[in-house]
Amino acid sequence: MPGLEGRRPGPPTTPRDPGAQDRFLPMATRLHLRPDRVAPFPPTQASARVTTSHHTLADKAAEAAARATPDGVVVRVRALSDRAIAWLFIAPTIVLLLAINIFPLFWAIYLSFTNFRANRPNAEVKNVGLGNYSRVLNDPDIWASMQTTAHFVFWTILLQTVIGFALAYLIDRKFRGHAFWTTLILIPMMLSPAVVGNFWRFLYEPQIGLFAYAVSFLTGIPTSEIQMLGSVNLAPWAIIIVDTWMWTPYVMLICLAGLRSIPDYIYEAAEVDRASNWRQFWSITVPMALPFIMLAVLFRGIENFKMFDMVNLLTGGGPGSTTEVASITLKRDAFEAWATGRSSAFAIVLFVAVFGLANIYVKALNRVKQR
Amino acid sequence: MSDPLLTPQSPALPPRRRPFFLRRGPMEAVAVTVIALGFLMLFQPFALVLYTYSLITLLVGTFMFMIVSKFPE
Repeated sequence: MPGLEGRRPGPPTTPRDPGAQDRFLPMATRLHLRPDRVAPFPPTQASARVTTSHHTLADKAAEAAARATPDGVVVRVRALSDRAIAWLFIAPTIVLLLAINIFPLFWAIYLSFTNFRANRPNAEVKNVGLGNYSRVLNDPDIWASMQTTAHFVFWTILLQTVIGFALAYLIDRKFRGHAFWTTLILIPMMLSPAVVGNFWRFLYEPQIGLFAYAVSFLTGIPTSEIQMLGSVNLAPWAIIIVDTWMWTPYVMLICLAGLRSIPDYIYEAAEVDRASNWRQFWSITVPMALPFIMLAVLFRGIENFKMFDMVNLLTGGGPGSTTEVASITLKRDAFEAWATGRSSAFAIVLFVAVFGLANIYVKALNRVKQR
Repeated sequence: MSDPLLTPQSPALPPRRRPFFLRRGPMEAVAVTVIALGFLMLFQPFALVLYTYSLITLLVGTFMFMIVSKFPE
């Protein structure tokens, strides 16, 4: 061809490794492949230097694997498609999910239509239709527990979002020791709720508690009068304070991720346009971090609707029923009154509420992302 | 037969919009409003009757959302 005569010849092709066929044949035999179809790939110049030696690690490993694999397994694995292997890996997770989440959900739905009592397993189970739902939705005590839950969820989410975002905004400014402070702030989130509940109970003690002493020092009120867990007015706030203390770092972490994702050039462009810090905050920082804030609100909202451990450890629903949130009422119905059918109906009501809430947030999140 | 190039044709009509009840955007908004209403009814402290009908409102809204979110954009 004209123009190609003067081209420099390429590197000479490496001759096929004479020993390669001998090495592949035993492996092919064990894998039940036709030996005439098993031709080792022609080695490239670079790989030839590695593969032409009979004693490479890869060769030895392949031979050892072929020798060690039982014939039955070889045939079975060779017969599986990629899709089947994918299912094989996913199957344990799906089975666990079905056993732990999906089956109990459907079982609870079934029980909610019956008069089943867990303390009388041999008693006849009768279908009561919508009777359990009717009782749950007309019970003033359960209605009151819903209001307590709403109060608790509203204030915890509000406080956690405001304080968490403020902390994230501060931590996002690079200052000396910010990594240390980030770690320190995150510690409460890493503790077990059982531990937190127990030690805050001691902190709230009027006689020996540090919290009471601190408040007394700042306000001059005698410690004996600071009954955080015993007072009808203060007990709900005692739980709100503990939950906020524990979970604000979580909100802070999500908000911090949102703040770190905002590119610097947007702020630089705003600086060029002489936008004030206040304007930058409301026009850049807040809108761009909003999907993350909403995500944090969604996670905390769903978690707080189910809050049980902290309330149970701190007040157990008392004094009276002041802090009896829905999950405590549910536990009393299920394991003290042993009204399993009715408590299942109550659990389904809560589930539908949380499911609906999740739908709203997913919709809102999509809308924010589209902007 | 007349030449199709010379036959006067009606101007191209804009594509017909799907009816309101089959449009994803507005129907999702309606479903979310129903869910929000049911949620407020469940947790409000004013009337027991609103609490009683909150579950059915929530269920209607949730099922509606699940269906209309499958509609094409």
